[in-house]
Amino acid sequence: MNATISFDSVLHVVLALVGVAVFVGLNGLLLVYAERKVAGFIQRRPGPYEVGPQGILQAVADALKLIGKQLVRPDRADPLLFWMAPVLAFFPVLLLFLPLPFSPLLTGWDVNLGLLLILAFAGFNVLALLLAGWGSNNKYGLLGAARAVAQSVAYEIPLLLAVLAIAFQEGTLSLSSIVATQGSMPWQWNIAVQPLAFLIFLISALGETNRAPFDLPEAESELTAGFHTEYSGMGFGMFFLAEYANMIVACSVCTVLFLGGWKGPFLDGAWWFLAKVYALLLAMMWFRWTFPRVRFDQLLNLNWRWLLPLGVLNLLATAFVMKL
Amino acid sequence: MASIFRTIADLWSLVVGLAITGKEFCRPGVTVHYPRAEVTPESAASFRGPIELIGLDKEPAKPRCIACMLCVSACPSGCIAVTRAPAPKPTPEELKAIAEAEARGEKPKRPAPPKAPGTWTYDFSLCSLCGSCVEVCPVDSIGFSNDIYMVGTKREDFVFDQLARLARKAAARKAEPKPAAKPAPSAAPEAAPAPAASPSETGAATPASEA
Amino acid sequence: MHSADTLRSRPTSCPAASADGGCADDQIAGDGYTCRFERGARPESLILNMGPQHPSTHGVLRVLLELDGEYIVRAEPVLGYLHRMHEKMAEVKNPAQFMPNMGRVDYLHALAWNWAYVGAVEKLAGIEIPERAEYLRVITCELNRISSHLLWWGAYLLDLGAFTPIMYAFDDREMLLDLLQLMTGSRLTYSSFRFGGVYTDASPAFVQGVRQFVPHLRSRLPMYTALVTENIILRRRIEEVGVIPPDMVTRYGASGPVARGSGIAYDVRRAEPYSVYDRFDYEIPTRAEQCSMARYMVRMAEIEQSLRIIEQAIDSLPEGEHMHPKAPKPSFKLPAGESYFAVEGARGKIGVWIASDGGKTPYRVKLRAPGFSNLALFAECARGTLLADAVAILGSLDMVIPEIDR
Ligand code: SF4
Ligand code: SF4
Repeated sequence: MNATISFDSVLHVVLALVGVAVFVGLNGLLLVYAERKVAGFIQRRPGPYEVGPQGILQAVADALKLIGKQLVRPDRADPLLFWMAPVLAFFPVLLLFLPLPFSPLLTGWDVNLGLLLILAFAGFNVLALLLAGWGSNNKYGLLGAARAVAQSVAYEIPLLLAVLAIAFQEGTLSLSSIVATQGSMPWQWNIAVQPLAFLIFLISALGETNRAPFDLPEAESELTAGFHTEYSGMGFGMFFLAEYANMIVACSVCTVLFLGGWKGPFLDGAWWFLAKVYALLLAMMWFRWTFPRVRFDQLLNLNWRWLLPLGVLNLLATAFVMKL
Repeated sequence: MASIFRTIADLWSLVVGLAITGKEFCRPGVTVHYPRAEVTPESAASFRGPIELIGLDKEPAKPRCIACMLCVSACPSGCIAVTRAPAPKPTPEELKAIAEAEARGEKPKRPAPPKAPGTWTYDFSLCSLCGSCVEVCPVDSIGFSNDIYMVGTKREDFVFDQLARLARKAAARKAEPKPAAKPAPSAAPEAAPAPAASPSETGAATPASEA
Repeated sequence: MHSADTLRSRPTSCPAASADGGCADDQIAGDGYTCRFERGARPESLILNMGPQHPSTHGVLRVLLELDGEYIVRAEPVLGYLHRMHEKMAEVKNPAQFMPNMGRVDYLHALAWNWAYVGAVEKLAGIEIPERAEYLRVITCELNRISSHLLWWGAYLLDLGAFTPIMYAFDDREMLLDLLQLMTGSRLTYSSFRFGGVYTDASPAFVQGVRQFVPHLRSRLPMYTALVTENIILRRRIEEVGVIPPDMVTRYGASGPVARGSGIAYDVRRAEPYSVYDRFDYEIPTRAEQCSMARYMVRMAEIEQSLRIIEQAIDSLPEGEHMHPKAPKPSFKLPAGESYFAVEGARGKIGVWIASDGGKTPYRVKLRAPGFSNLALFAECARGTLLADAVAILGSLDMVIPEIDR
């Protein structure tokens, strides 16, 4: 690849990064709004209502508030680690968007190892959480960071196993070719062939993105706010944005792998991709506002005792079928 | 085998939960959008809000109070302060009579102070809305208002000159025989001359002891 | 930036700290209390201050924890952040003036406290109560118990990380509060029982409302069960967590759902029947499991039993006065003597003891708060559990801090 890097392709990537940043920012706002509206409707209240028609500007107002707030660092926190953590949480996430094929034409950077790139960079998140918890010199933060590490490391494995099953089946790690091999109709999508992998992926994705019911690193009733206890203003805002960006990535990858990406029964295109991603995101919100939080040992038990063996079995079965 | 069924039943409980929240998602909300909407006046009617004086039937601007001070001593928190109205100035004839009586060495007969309060102040910020004052008042001069939208920005906002409040309320009711349905949040300091038809004062003075 | 030295040189009121030249352990330096929470034998353990501002200590409870990883080596609840001297206030106010305080001791089951105090005064002064008032007391007190349990239910689920149930509980609780407002004029801190009766008589609207509310709540309970009680995550979170054996219950004097969840069928309404409770047909739910889930199930069953009592009471509500004609004036004097009256509150046995020397105000009033004893066993119960379990146990004890601190 290095030989073929031209000015054009660099420009393309830079433009894509800018585009992704805008996309993530806008989507962050949209998702915060959606999350609060979903929570509101589930709880039979209006949710945001006052700022703008139907409270549509509430997220913008909150973002402005966060930007305007003073950044406070605890007295004995490590300044370098403390400030590095939110940056590290947010910016690597942008890279994850590059290989995502929104549509055949709308792909930031169509690398043939896209899946690998995403899985590799997703690991940065846990480092950020660890730094945040460790650097802020707060006991709740520390406990949250310890949880984050154990959880992320554990859930990465079944996630990988589920992804591997698809990669096996398709024989490629390029996201756009994975979509290309799937048909237009729902029963031609990979979910029909690999329902177990889909379930494992979805659950592990919840675990990876620290979403309820697996939001243990920030379990507010136990650890007040876990790893980001000490963050204020945009420090907190970055974590917040990163969480939503991670959710989008997880749902996008899920869409690509299992739900036929940009393909739909009619009029293939980016809208199908987005519609599927948003449906998954809504489902994640739905889970959050329905279930209690699991306990930490249960979380790990679920992973090691159920997801991992099932993932391995699924992979073996896939390999077996492929061999036939 | 049994454990597998158990697991499936366990997982099914999650689906049931999702179905319930999903169903609730589609139902309309129950929030009352204050200030665009308010709770029904009926639901506020039985609320024991800050106490207020009740006027005479014939003269609604004048309280029934006879300044007996029972409420002052009954109140657990000392929110009420009542003073008697001063005795009226003796007329020249009476003055003469007093002077004569004093000259004779008798006890002069001065005009008695009226059985009415001179001032009647109430500190809502101390009140626990217990109702002791309402119960002890021998002439039923105290009742609970049902002002549920009371706000203030400083403590003094909640110290009411009840006589002025009563007068204003009576005037407002006179000006507008039908009480406005929408009492606005108000806790204007009583010293400030409020407009006669201030909507906040038109809420009906209902003693809580209904039925 | 900050060396350990600057820390040590920080002024501290901790006497033990200065004894060995600065607080040897900066983890537990701080206020006077923390100094007495001595570091355990394990050097690697972490001392964590949970509260007084913490989302799941429900108010201003503070729990000092010694953690080994996330396991709790030692736990110690610290009280006193909400002490308002209610007992002292009772000594300087006459009984009628002290009544409003009873709405504020336990704001969730205020009417039980109303009742305990009113009952003690009535017993001492020999005041009679009309039958209708007794029934009205039963109805409002049971309604209040349900509202307390509903709020507990929502808040407990909040502790366990589910946000939605509390909103559903509030939806139903709101109707309850509307009903109670009809009778008492307030929505939370009721002060509506009077010596010799109740403050207001039941209006037809109230009777009607109660008649409608009982089936309404009954129809909602299956939804609560399906959404929460049967949820596998919840069951795994609280089943077999926080086991309180019956002997621990008796040692600490715990009562209410905490005792009944451990299989001890002690309920003041049954054990020492007061008022007209002996006329109703209801059960005292108990569970043998002794865990948090058992306490949870007891409370859910109690909601149903309370509904049963309310239903019977509203149907047999006798006509008559709501205040006894010979009820004393608010400024009456208590005769010299002592009396004790206990009622069953939502959290357990509420007792009020009054000693009077015949003066204007009682000589001494003692309030027995059930939450205090219930919380006391937390230290023993939480040992060896996970931090998340501690939250689950604390929640299952259903604490109301103002009641514990009084
Ligand atoms: S309601 Fe109670 S506290 Fe308020 S003024 Fe009357 S007696 Fe005092
Ligand atoms: S309001 Fe009633 S109790 Fe108070 S001083 Fe006047 S008459 Fe007496």
